[in-house]
Amino acid sequence: MSMSENKAWKPKIVAFCCNWCSYAGADLAGSSRLSYPADVKIIRVPCSCRVNPLFILRAFQRGADGVILCGCHPGDCHYTSGNYYARRRMTLLFSMLDYLGIEKGRTRVEWVSAAEGAKFAATMNDFAKTIGELGENKKLGDLRCKE
Amino acid sequence: MQRMIVDRLKALFAEGKIHRVLGWEAGEFFYDPTPAFFDAENVENLVYDSFCGSNVSKYLIAEAAKEGTVAALLKPCDTYSLNQLATEKRVNREKIYVIGLGCRGMLDIEKIRRAGATGVTGVEEKGDELTVHTLYGDKTLNRKDMLLEKCLTCKGKEHKVFDEVIGESEDTTSQDRMEMVRRLEAMSPDERFAFWRKELSKCIRCNACRNVCPACSCVKCVFDNPKSGVSNKAAADDFEENMFHIIRAFHVAGRCTDCGECSRVCPQGIPLHLLNRKFIKDINELYGEFQAGEQIGGRHPLINYQKDDCEPSVVYQRGGDKG
Repeated sequence: MSMSENKAWKPKIVAFCCNWCSYAGADLAGSSRLSYPADVKIIRVPCSCRVNPLFILRAFQRGADGVILCGCHPGDCHYTSGNYYARRRMTLLFSMLDYLGIEKGRTRVEWVSAAEGAKFAATMNDFAKTIGELGENKKLGDLRCKE
Repeated sequence: MQRMIVDRLKALFAEGKIHRVLGWEAGEFFYDPTPAFFDAENVENLVYDSFCGSNVSKYLIAEAAKEGTVAALLKPCDTYSLNQLATEKRVNREKIYVIGLGCRGMLDIEKIRRAGATGVTGVEEKGDELTVHTLYGDKTLNRKDMLLEKCLTCKGKEHKVFDEVIGESEDTTSQDRMEMVRRLEAMSPDERFAFWRKELSKCIRCNACRNVCPACSCVKCVFDNPKSGVSNKAAADDFEENMFHIIRAFHVAGRCTDCGECSRVCPQGIPLHLLNRKFIKDINELYGEFQAGEQIGGRHPLINYQKDDCEPSVVYQRGGDKG
C-alpha cells in the first residue's frame, strides 16, 4: 500500500476506438509523429456500438480515471448505423453517471475519422489534461481492484 | 367488487373461454394479498381489495407459454407492463384474456403504520374515509394520504389493453412524478453523490427489485454470472452497489413503464424509481415523449435513432457546475 502512495499519481485513460475510423485515426497520429499521452490505453472494438455501457463501468471499476469512446462520424459508420445507437446509449449513460454525482469530465465521446490523426492526438491530449485536473477516480472505483 | 369478479370468472370458466386465472389470494395477513393462479375449482379464493398493489403481469411470461388461455386481472397501470411484454414478444397476447379491474389507488400498509396505527387488524373504506381497526381501537385516516407511492403518480384510469373491464377506476395523481428527479438534478454533484451513496449503501442485494420488475425478464440475468463481479453480497463494496443499480436501470431504460414496483418491494426503502425516472426524463427531453407500454408494437428509443440526435456532450452543457 505504501508503495502506491509514494508513486506519483498518473491518470489511467481507456479509449475505446472503432476499428474502421478511430483506430485508423490513432494509427495515422502515430505515423504522422504526433504525440499523445502514454496514459491513454486503446481498446479496439469493431464498432462504437459494440461498447456496452457495462464496458465503461467495468473500466472505472478496474481503476480507469477516464473513459473515452471514439467512433466514425455520424453518417460514416461502416455498419451504416452503429454509431447512432452508441450515441443515444452514451448520452443516457453519461447523464446517469452525472445524476449519480460522478464527475462529468471523466467520460467523453468523440467522432474521429481515419483521416483525422491530428484530431485524435489533440482529443487525447485534451482529455488527458481534463482527467489530470479532475484527479484520481475515487467515486466509481472498486476497492477490490485497487493495487 | 370481489364478488363481481369471481362470478364473472366462473361464467368465463363455464363458457370454456379461460383455463386459469392470474390474480391474488389471501396472504398471511389481510394486508398482503399474494399473486396466485386459480382454476375453476378454487377461484372462490380469489381476493381483490385495496392491498392488491402488486403488478402481476410478469407472471404471464411463464404462464402464457403453457397450454390454454389464462385470464389476467390487471389494474390500469399493470396493462402497460403487459403491453411492453407483448411488444418484446415475451408473452403471446392471444393466449391471455385481460380483465381490466377498477382501481381507486392501492393502500400502503407501511404508511398506515407510520400514521400511528399499530396492531392493525383490518380496514374499512367509505369514500375517502379510511377506518383502521386496530387492537387498540379504531382510527380514522384520509384514504388519499395512505396510498402507495406509485399511486401518487398514477398513469390514469384507462386500461391500455383489455378484453373486458370490471369496475370503475380513478386517477389518483397528486404529484408531479419528475419533481424529485428535478430536485436531485439541481443539487451539486457532490450532494448527489452523497444522496445516492446514502440510499444505495442500504442495498442488501436481495434482488427483489430485479425479480419483481416486469421489464427484467431475461431468462439468464447478467448478475447471475459469478464473473460479473456483482453477483454476491459477501464481496460487496461501494462500487458493487452502484454498479448493480446503474446496470439494472440501464437494462430497463426505454422499456421501463414506471410501474414503481422496484421501490414498492425494496425492503430497504431505496427510491429506485428515481433512477428509472431519470432515464425516462432524459428520453422524453432528448428524443421526444415516450411511454413504454402505451401500445403493443413499435421501437423504444434505445433501439431507434434519428440522424440529428443530440451529441453526448449535451450532458456537459446542462446546468450545474463542471465537477
